[in-house]
Formats: sequence, C-alpha cells, structure tokens
Amino acid sequence: MAQNGVSQGADTHKNMILAEGVVKTFGQGEHMVTALDNVSVTIRQNEFFTLLGPSGCGKTTLLRLIAGFDLPDRGNILLDGQEIGHLPPYKRPVNTVFQNYALFPHMSVARNIGFGLEMQGRPAKEISEATDRMLALVQMEHLADRQTDQLSGGQQQRVALARALAPHPKVLLLDEPLSALDLKLRKEMQIELKRLQHETGITFVFVTHDQEEALTMSDRIAVMSAGDILQVGPPKEIYNNPARRFVADFIGDINILEADLTSGDTQATLPGGARINAILPNSWAPTGRVNVAIRPEDMALTQPGADNAALHGTVQNIVYFGSGHNVHVALDSGLDIIVRCAGTSHEVGALVGITLPDAVQVLVD
Amino acid sequence: MAKPDTAPRSTAPRPKMKNLRKQPGFDTMAWACLVFLYAPIIVLIIFSFNDNRSVVLWTEFSFRWYTAAFENEGIRKATMVSLKVAGVATVFATIFATMAALATTRNPPFKGQALVYAIINQPLMVPEIVTAVATLAFFSIIKQLTGINGIGYLMLAHTVFCVPFAYMPIRARLEDMNLTLEQAAADLYATPVQVFRKVTLPLMAPGIVAGAMLAFVVSLDDVIITLLVGGPGETTLPIYILGQIRRGITPEINAVSTLLLVLSVVLVSLFFFLGNRKK
Repeated sequence: MAQNGVSQGADTHKNMILAEGVVKTFGQGEHMVTALDNVSVTIRQNEFFTLLGPSGCGKTTLLRLIAGFDLPDRGNILLDGQEIGHLPPYKRPVNTVFQNYALFPHMSVARNIGFGLEMQGRPAKEISEATDRMLALVQMEHLADRQTDQLSGGQQQRVALARALAPHPKVLLLDEPLSALDLKLRKEMQIELKRLQHETGITFVFVTHDQEEALTMSDRIAVMSAGDILQVGPPKEIYNNPARRFVADFIGDINILEADLTSGDTQATLPGGARINAILPNSWAPTGRVNVAIRPEDMALTQPGADNAALHGTVQNIVYFGSGHNVHVALDSGLDIIVRCAGTSHEVGALVGITLPDAVQVLVD
Repeated sequence: MAKPDTAPRSTAPRPKMKNLRKQPGFDTMAWACLVFLYAPIIVLIIFSFNDNRSVVLWTEFSFRWYTAAFENEGIRKATMVSLKVAGVATVFATIFATMAALATTRNPPFKGQALVYAIINQPLMVPEIVTAVATLAFFSIIKQLTGINGIGYLMLAHTVFCVPFAYMPIRARLEDMNLTLEQAAADLYATPVQVFRKVTLPLMAPGIVAGAMLAFVVSLDDVIITLLVGGPGETTLPIYILGQIRRGITPEINAVSTLLLVLSVVLVSLFFFLGNRKK
C-alpha cells in the first residue's frame, strides 16, 4: 500500500474507468424504464469520484454495471483500458461496499475481510497478513473474532470497507454506504473514507443522494438526473457554476431569476433593469429570456436606494439556522428570493436593497 | 396423517388476540380443546408403563411392555422398514425440494410461477386417498410392464409426498436471505460454485435440516399411501400398529406409539428451533 501512496499524483490524470454510450433499460414493452440513457463518463485513476442525484436517477444502476451485477444493453465499460462490460462480477478487479453492508453472518469479522483473498486462492499467510493490515487500517483489531451481528452499524461499515479493500481492487464502489448511520457518525466516516482513499491510492466511486456529502468528500462529482449525467466537475465548480437548472436546484440553496441576454453581450439584464456580467455554460450562446442562478450567500442586504443595490424588495421572513440567517425577500418584480447574512438589522416588512455578485451563472434548462 | 403446522409465524395481531381472550367462555373452550387433544395421548403414555395387560386398569409401574416391544420380531421388522423408507424418502425429497426452492427464489420471476408453486405443493391439496389410489394404479401398470417389484415403489411414493413438506421451510429460509450476500460474494471473486458452497448453502442449511426433519416425520407416520402402495413384507410401523389394533389395544402398542411420539416431538421441536433461529 505504501508504494501506492508514493506513486500518488504521478498518474492522476490517467483514466481508470471509461463508460461510452451506456444504455440500460429494465422491463419490457409499456413497463420499460430507461435507467441509463446513453451515458458516457470518464473516471480518473486515484480520484474520489461521486455519482450524485435523486433516487431513480440511474446512479446505482451505473455502479451496478461497473460492478457487473447488471449488464449494459448497449455501450462499453472500460476498466484500465480493458473492456469489462460483459464480464461476470468475480472476474472484475472491482469491489463494492453495499448500502446494507452485506456482511456474511456466518463468518467472523476476520474471515469476512479475508474472503476476497481466499476466493482468489491466495496463500493462508498472505490472507492473514492482509486481514491484519486491513483491521488496523479501519481500527477494528480488537474485534477480529467477533460475529458480524454483534457489531454496531458503524463497526459493520468499517468491516465492509476493510473487506472490499483487502484484495486491493483497482476501483472501490460505494453504494450510499453512509445512509444508515446517524449524523455524527456519518460526518466521522466521511473524513475516514477520504483518509482511506488517500492512504490506499484506490479509485473510489461513491454513490449518494446527499449533496453535502458529495461536496465534502469528492475530487469530482457527476450530477445525474433521469438516466443522464448533466454535469461533471470538481465540487467548487459544481457549486459555483452549475451549468444546468437541475444541477443548480439540486445542490444547496439557490435563487433562480429570469434575465434578458442579447446576442454578443457579456451582460444580462435583470428584472428592474440592473445589468450584471453573465457566465455562459461551455459552447452555448443563448439569447433572449434566460435563467440565471445566484447563491443566497453571494448577495447581501443594503439600504433601499443605495448605489450598489441592484434589486429591491420587502423582507417577508427571517429564518435563523445557527450560523446565520436566511432572509426571504419578495422582489418588486414579484419573485421571492433568499439572501443569507450573518446577522441582520432588518425587520419583517422592511424595504431593502440587494447587492449582487460580480457575475451570475446562466443556466441551461 | 398428522400434518404439523409448517408455518411457525406469529403474524396474529396482538391487540385482537387480547380482545378475543376477554370474550366469555374463551378460557373454557381453550381448556376443552387442550384436554381433548392431549388427554388421550397422556393416557396412552401412562398405560404404556402399566404392568397389567389391561389398558383401563392401572396396577404397577413397569418397563415390561417396552421390553416386549423391543423383543417383538414384527415390531422390529416394521421399524426397520419405516426407517429405511423414511430415510430414503427424506434424502431424495430434501434434494428435490432444495433444488426447487433455489429455482423458485434465485431466479427472476417468470411466467407461470404460481403454477409451479401449485404443482410443487400439489400433494398438500389433493386428498391423500386420491393420490394413494392413483399411485397404486399407476405402479401396477409399471410393474406389469417392467416386471420389477420391490420396496423402491414405496420409497418413491413417500419421496413424492415429502417434497412439499421439505420445500416449504427451505423456501422460507431462502426468501429471508438477502440476495446481496450472494452478490457480495461474487463481487469478492467467488465463482458461482464458490458462492453456493461458501455462502448460499451454509446460510440455507438450517432450512434444509428443518425441511429434512419435517419430511422424515411425515414419511414415518404415513398410513393411507403406505397401506395401498406397500406390498407384502413392506409393513411400516404405523401399518403394523393398525394391524395389531384390529385384535384389540395392547400395552405393547402403547409403548411403540409412545416411542414414535417421542421421536416426532423431538424432531418437530428441533424444526421449530432451527426455523426460529433466523438472522
């Protein structure tokens, strides 16, 4: 494992998984559901890659196709340059951490962890050494001989991780593995997973519907909806520059305003006449009525009529959430927006001015 | 044929049961049922230890009838036939039931699945006397055509009606087992054969054992089919007891019945124990 740690970064941009035009449908005739509709994606070696989307978006299906539990109707899946789309699961150097952990109830913790190596026919000595190393990695040495049903949820989670990592797969697939844990443990495991990915140098493909989890852990995120990948990018890019309306809506709180964009113009005109720099999605040049996205924390409240106030409205509601306030403002144009501020001197019913960031993201519907 | 309840499930809603218990006469009826069900059995057990030849007058405690039963050539031979038939029927019925259970739970649902269930469970629904007569007639044809005779026919008949009894607990066990366990094993480089040997089989083993024991008990106390299909020299224990009773009840029969009862109770208790040990 140490060697892998050293080589980290050298091949960061080498492709590990390449999915091309993958189509997967379930059912027949009128009941046919298209789970993946011509999906292509590249996952790089040694990255923490997250498939993010609401339930039914196809993220788990894509994971199961990579694992080999389902076979694609069309398209190719390449692992480290080799076509694997039609291999059975046991012939793929890929391991999975299941949502319900799927630990073998009739085996001890240690035997669970050694199972993959045992099936590969490795010598007993190597299996026991690897098992010890994995137990140490997930800090479970003291529970090696336990039965798995005597473990807490968090401990089962660690065993499931150790079991999947023990054969040192090229890719580790994680299917919403933290969803059964309580919030505090989930936060701990998020950091733990990130550490494990770093220490083992294995490519992690993580499936979740929790956008905060995705932003916290990932090197890159693919946002999925209705069997399609809408946007792929690092968390900051996904958060700050959502290209699609769905992505903007799904990740964090956001205000979506209508604006007018004239051809060849770099600025959009907001309702009320304010002009603001527009960031366009790649290779797309819309004109006319468009949607623009502004994060609540990128705006601020100011006095009505102030020089920097681009929008005006009336405070409708102030919601306190611990580290700040969400101020709901009804704009003069009739739209409700949210402005986030640390503290606020404004009261419900007050007229306010709103300042905008330097530029806003234009969304593709 | 005593068919033990093979679905040890406590699905009855609790509050409703409480209300029922409050109904007037509930306790009386419950006790009446228990007494009529178990009093004869208790009497049978008590009189199997009676020193007297009478089955109505108690004189003294004795193992005399047990000794007599063990020394009785007819009983010994019938017991051996019973064990042989039940043993063979249990082995084959359990193998078939296991395969059927795997086929019906480890494949995607297919057209006509309900029909398959019905066919597997057929011996539970068709009146036993009908199966017995049909089997007798069918076997007669085969015997005439092939000229082959022997105890194999009886074993075959027992195997067939034991299959659904073995099938039910095995299928229940498999349906309780999470499919992702087998996927996890395949994911960890286990070939389909290894998945079956290392994961599916050990996890379904309690179901298989429970099914086998149930099949054994059912075969052991079958009367109707055995009476019709069994040829001369193929007298099983229940058939022997039936024959003896025509000449009046003797304490010896009580002793044999008690032993049969003990065996059944032990096996059925084990079955419940294994069936409830789920995880």
